[in-house]
Amino acid sequence: MSELTDLYQEVILDHNKHPRNFGQIEAADHCARGDNPLCGDQLTLYLRMDGDRVAEVRFEGQGCAISTASASILTEVVTGKTLEEVEALFESFHELLTGDPSVVAEVGPELGKLAVFAGVREFPVRVKCATLAWHTLRAAISDGDEAASTE
Amino acid sequence: MPELDEVKQAESASAAEHPFAIEKVRQDFPALSLSVHGKPLVYLDNAASTQKPVSVLDAADRCYREYYSNVHRGVHHLSQKATDAYEEARCKVQGFLGAARSEEIVFVRGATEGINLVASTFGRGRVKAGDEVLITEMEHHSNIVPWQMLCGEVGATLRVAPIDDRGEVILEEYEKLINEHTRLVAMVYISNALGTINPVARMIEMAHARDVPVLVDGAQAVPHKAVDVQALDCDFFVFSGHKMFGPTGIGALYGKLDLLTSMPPYQGGGEMIRSVTFAKTDYADPPARFEAGTPNIVGAIAMGAAVDYLQGIGLKAIGWYESGLLDYATEVLSAAPGVRLVGTATHRASVVSFVIDGVHPHDAGTILDREGIAVRAGHHCAQPVMDHFGVPATVRASLALYNTRQEIDRLVSGVAKVKEIFS
Repeated sequence: MSELTDLYQEVILDHNKHPRNFGQIEAADHCARGDNPLCGDQLTLYLRMDGDRVAEVRFEGQGCAISTASASILTEVVTGKTLEEVEALFESFHELLTGDPSVVAEVGPELGKLAVFAGVREFPVRVKCATLAWHTLRAAISDGDEAASTE
Repeated sequence: MPELDEVKQAESASAAEHPFAIEKVRQDFPALSLSVHGKPLVYLDNAASTQKPVSVLDAADRCYREYYSNVHRGVHHLSQKATDAYEEARCKVQGFLGAARSEEIVFVRGATEGINLVASTFGRGRVKAGDEVLITEMEHHSNIVPWQMLCGEVGATLRVAPIDDRGEVILEEYEKLINEHTRLVAMVYISNALGTINPVARMIEMAHARDVPVLVDGAQAVPHKAVDVQALDCDFFVFSGHKMFGPTGIGALYGKLDLLTSMPPYQGGGEMIRSVTFAKTDYADPPARFEAGTPNIVGAIAMGAAVDYLQGIGLKAIGWYESGLLDYATEVLSAAPGVRLVGTATHRASVVSFVIDGVHPHDAGTILDREGIAVRAGHHCAQPVMDHFGVPATVRASLALYNTRQEIDRLVSGVAKVKEIFS
């Protein structure tokens, strides 16, 4: 049961129930759709930039608690960051989910809120759920025509 | 005396809860004694793939150890033995499906390959621009995409017979969709996502009334009910070995002999020829025409053992037992708070698909897994079905002959735990 409570932390359950920044941005500079074909999670991410900085991110779609909470928390943590900072954050986040635990301890602090996803590491098949929004953000930034996919 | 015992057993079977010795059946499957996350495994993902009985494992092992060789090639002893066993497996499948002749059974990788074979040989020869292929809304992707590809290639149209809110094909709509442009109907016997048993005999009759041939996807049917392709009068029938307690990578296509004989080859290579020169190749008769290259010899033989296993217990007894189990699962899951069943057709087999209020099926699947319960959480390769019911995915518990009421009870407790975590 303890691994499950590590996975479904209160913060994650809360963001799942009450996702922040849920909806569209009418004047979005970038937009991309992400699919996780394995389980049918899909979301659309809207991005408004202010120069090199993320001014606003919103998302809509449907997915499991992990993917919804991840998208919700993403919208909070990337707002105000430069694209370079966003990329670095995604890399640290990815490391948190898939990397060597001893290394993760070192990169932990800069992750801030994202640290609640540490429990996902014990559930390898759920890593894709946690990273879907991030892959979609990357696709939105690069304005690819292809929808982001975890596959 | 054994005959009398059988009669007694059959009599009690109709009334009794357990028409066969469930404990003995469970002992036949080594995987059922596994522990998962420290709890005894409850395997309820049988529509995805089934576990294997010892007799199937032994059949494969024995072939490799005692008489393995390539088939249809050598004059030597082992080749003869392997060929005999391989062809005996074909006869077993013939009997299993009630086919008139063993030449009507083509070994393929599975139901998917069987459908692709028909689409690219029979389909390509018959379906032209402006024609139509008719399927139903409850098809697995394997019975959608090959037809979509064929229609796209030749300029034909894929038509879809709709289902109602219980998950049954609306027969009047289906019948209306069969017209002078329809060249082929392809339909599932039992839906993998909903468990609906389609009235295929009637649907085939409706198609035949307009001279339209019918392919039946029987992947979910053969582990649960007796099939008689001659009584159904279907033109093609496909199934996969791994969903009926046999190995992966093997399955069978049944086709009426005159149709198979009229079809061009699927793949070219060894085994499927009569004679080859650089100028011209004469193709072999069915089934060899469709079995290019060295086939899955051991897979076919082990699938034959799975047929023996099912027939040893008896599809009738299995049907009775499973239907009691399905009724029980349906009853207790419908009564569970916050659970909604998806697919409530009058005639169903094996599958209980459901959603839990406020919980995505994927999360439910993870929590159930920690309880040792294997279910499928997702769209079950039937996204159009999910769209119909307005859900992105469902939790699917799919039963087989070795499941028990106690396991259903564990599923219900697991669902309660899911609710607790997400409360």
